[in-house]
Amino acid sequence: MNDLSLVALVSIITAGLTVAIGSFGAALGEGRAAAAAMSAIAQQPDAAPALSRTLFVSLAMVESSGIYCFVVALILIFANPFWDAVRPLITG
Amino acid sequence: MQLTPDTIILIEWGPLRLNATILGTWLIMAILVGVSWLVTRRLQPDLPPGRWRNSLEVLVLMIEDQIRAITQRGVHSVMAFSGTLFLFIAASNLLALVPGMRAPTGSLSTTVALTISVMLAVPLFGIAHGGLRQYLAGFVQPTVLLLPFNLLGEMSKGISLSIRLYGNIMSGAVIAAILLGIAPLFFPVIMEAFGLLVGMIQAYIFAVLATVYISAAMAEPSKPSIDPENPS
Repeated sequence: MNDLSLVALVSIITAGLTVAIGSFGAALGEGRAAAAAMSAIAQQPDAAPALSRTLFVSLAMVESSGIYCFVVALILIFANPFWDAVRPLITG
Repeated sequence: MQLTPDTIILIEWGPLRLNATILGTWLIMAILVGVSWLVTRRLQPDLPPGRWRNSLEVLVLMIEDQIRAITQRGVHSVMAFSGTLFLFIAASNLLALVPGMRAPTGSLSTTVALTISVMLAVPLFGIAHGGLRQYLAGFVQPTVLLLPFNLLGEMSKGISLSIRLYGNIMSGAVIAAILLGIAPLFFPVIMEAFGLLVGMIQAYIFAVLATVYISAAMAEPSKPSIDPENPS
């Protein structure tokens, strides 16, 4: 196993794990937030505009941690900075 | 696979490169300024408002209502800043739907530039409202020991603000491109429609967070208040 395939192996496995674990937490948190907002709207329908505005903002803030993981996974697959460190060894 | 529109270089002229991000940004700026100038060119008090003027007024009033729900201080000056941010980001997210164009907010350069403007506007609004002394006193708020943590919090605000917008818009474009390779024609359309919603929400979030940060900098320092109901 040369360096190139080692970098590819580690990058792909890490990218998959990053998305899996990162999206797990974000999805759990978003589900809880949405459920709490639903029950709040059911109890107080008058406050629905304020509740939904707060819900959207908090959902986006919760979601951003999942998005960070996704960005890291995309960088690992499509724009991996370690390719350039390994590639001269292969060709040269 | 191009992650950002920065790598699409249209014209290269010596050291100057015109990439798709700059072109999209200029296009959005031209559209926003041009439409606003055309609509407000001939404003007369005695004429009934036309179709274009009505739609522009609805937009401005909606933004003003949303800002008034967050803060009560200096609504107009905050609206000039946050409303511009919202309109720019919303228009550039909509630009991703035009064939051949990429959303300029899918580039980290654009979002970092927008975030730097927010991070500059927060102290400016705070100093203009309460003075330099009160703004700087906010950093040593509970005790002086927490000064590094307050500075760190300010920095992480900026980082999360820029990466959030970039990650959402870029991931939408990349997912659409990946699905185009796997299942053409049907799934990319659904993801583009979903991207429309995400783009609008992200523009709203960015503007709301900018407004919240500005209004927090403009707030009075919390004093130990005496409860009027039961003064102890």
